[in-house]
Amino acid sequence: MRSFSYTKVKTAADAVQAYTGAGAGARYLAGGTTLYDLMKLDIEKPEHVIDINGITELGSISTGGSKELVFGALARMADVAEDPVVRAQYPVLSESLWRAASQQLRNMASLGGNLLQRTRCAYFRHGEPYACNKRNPGSGCAALEGLDRGHALLGGSDSCIAVYPGDMAVALLALDAVVDVTGPSGDRTIPIAKFHQTPEASPEVETSMQAGELITAIRVPKSRVGRASTYHKIRDRESYAFALASAAICLEIQDDRVRTARIAIGGLATKPWRAIDAEQALVGKRVTAALAQKVGMLTMNGAKPGRHNTFRIELGARTVADAIMIARSRA
Amino acid sequence: MADRGLTDPRMPGNDDILALSRREFIFATTAAGAAMLLPLGDPEALAQTVATIDGGVTATFRINGTQQQVTLDARTSLLDLLREKMALTGAKKGCDHGQCGACTVHIDGRRVASCLTMALQAADQDVTTIEGIVGDGGTLHPMQQAFIDHDALQCGYCTPGQIMAGIACVREGHASDRNEIREYMSGNLCRCGAYPGIVAAIEDAALKMGRG
Repeated sequence: MRSFSYTKVKTAADAVQAYTGAGAGARYLAGGTTLYDLMKLDIEKPEHVIDINGITELGSISTGGSKELVFGALARMADVAEDPVVRAQYPVLSESLWRAASQQLRNMASLGGNLLQRTRCAYFRHGEPYACNKRNPGSGCAALEGLDRGHALLGGSDSCIAVYPGDMAVALLALDAVVDVTGPSGDRTIPIAKFHQTPEASPEVETSMQAGELITAIRVPKSRVGRASTYHKIRDRESYAFALASAAICLEIQDDRVRTARIAIGGLATKPWRAIDAEQALVGKRVTAALAQKVGMLTMNGAKPGRHNTFRIELGARTVADAIMIARSRA
Repeated sequence: MADRGLTDPRMPGNDDILALSRREFIFATTAAGAAMLLPLGDPEALAQTVATIDGGVTATFRINGTQQQVTLDARTSLLDLLREKMALTGAKKGCDHGQCGACTVHIDGRRVASCLTMALQAADQDVTTIEGIVGDGGTLHPMQQAFIDHDALQCGYCTPGQIMAGIACVREGHASDRNEIREYMSGNLCRCGAYPGIVAAIEDAALKMGRG
């Protein structure tokens, strides 16, 4: 691991000031479960680490308001998963959190950091002798001709097919959340749908965050679609693994018909993936197993399989179909 | 238990300091090594280390109730601080990437992976390791006793992490049945496959700890 200087800050303003003073080689440290891990792999090489864990203003969880759920960027995954309002009224969010990682990591990992979690692509993590455009822009992508069983079927490019590995952002996408950030140029709010980016020709750019920007909060508009919802996650083992396919489904049912549907999938694409066409196919209809299967297939429209991951097209479709039935049972 | 007392000089009431166990020997040599801190020999390596620690960062740690000021390289993980500088070798280094759970300790009562925690993140907080859970007079924690009673280990390497995770699992209220225990203990791998015993031990200890 490279050497770095280390600073603890107490306010978001101090954090941004420290970053501005330190320059592009600086990184904010929250839970550390991604950053410190990648520093050990020599992928992240910060010259200056700004520890933001002491910023108490960013640690709050506020779910009692009438309009939105507000999570400070430093709220921990384990705590948000167990918030009573989140559990009862937004099961999709609670499940996306407790079905991720382990309780040790969820105790450490912050929501803001989780949004910035980087891919688990083995070529990215391993480095030399394998080419990786995320790790070393312009070097190529070993996954394109490699072992791609776990790689993306949607949203890939000639430069990168690494899967976005997170779960929570998929649920947040289905819930139309927004992300508040602060930075050298002031405060702004990024809709979750615009937060993560597909790789295109620049896989090293993964989000719309600018240098020095710091996530301060994640806000979820309160909505009736939260209750009849689920985050369904299919893995190689039952627990403590990344998704082979996952689906965040939120439904609002009125008179036995779907009034509103939200479908987002994880583990299959280069970013959290919303399926608007599939949502439209549900609206106005009665939910049946046959319809759920059809919608599942629609969700996977445009999927481009590689050499070893074709099975995940059907797996993705079935995951969505099962998730729709689970969500429907909660209406 | 009597056997342990005879071979482990740190057990209460045992004054036979000549019965130096393998672990005691390692502790002694670690302490000697820690006193020197900087590696000798390769001058380039020495220069790099000096530049890195820049005199080091000094912080106060509270580990198992004992407060200590330590100067360390900012890169040091909490796990390496415990094992290499504090001679607390209970927490184990398995994967060093937060994937196996062998390094599990508590910070302010919450279980964490100490390998993915920078030591400086744990400064001024209460760190509890497996060495810190023994009761008055050396009584084993109910979770430790349950692991013995249920034969919940084979090689034992993952056991300190399993026990620390198990205690937290019960305190969190995630030990209400076997399925929940399995889900909330899934971050602790056991390559010997002692899982049935581990689940049974946690179920048993949960009753004795008064929760779950």
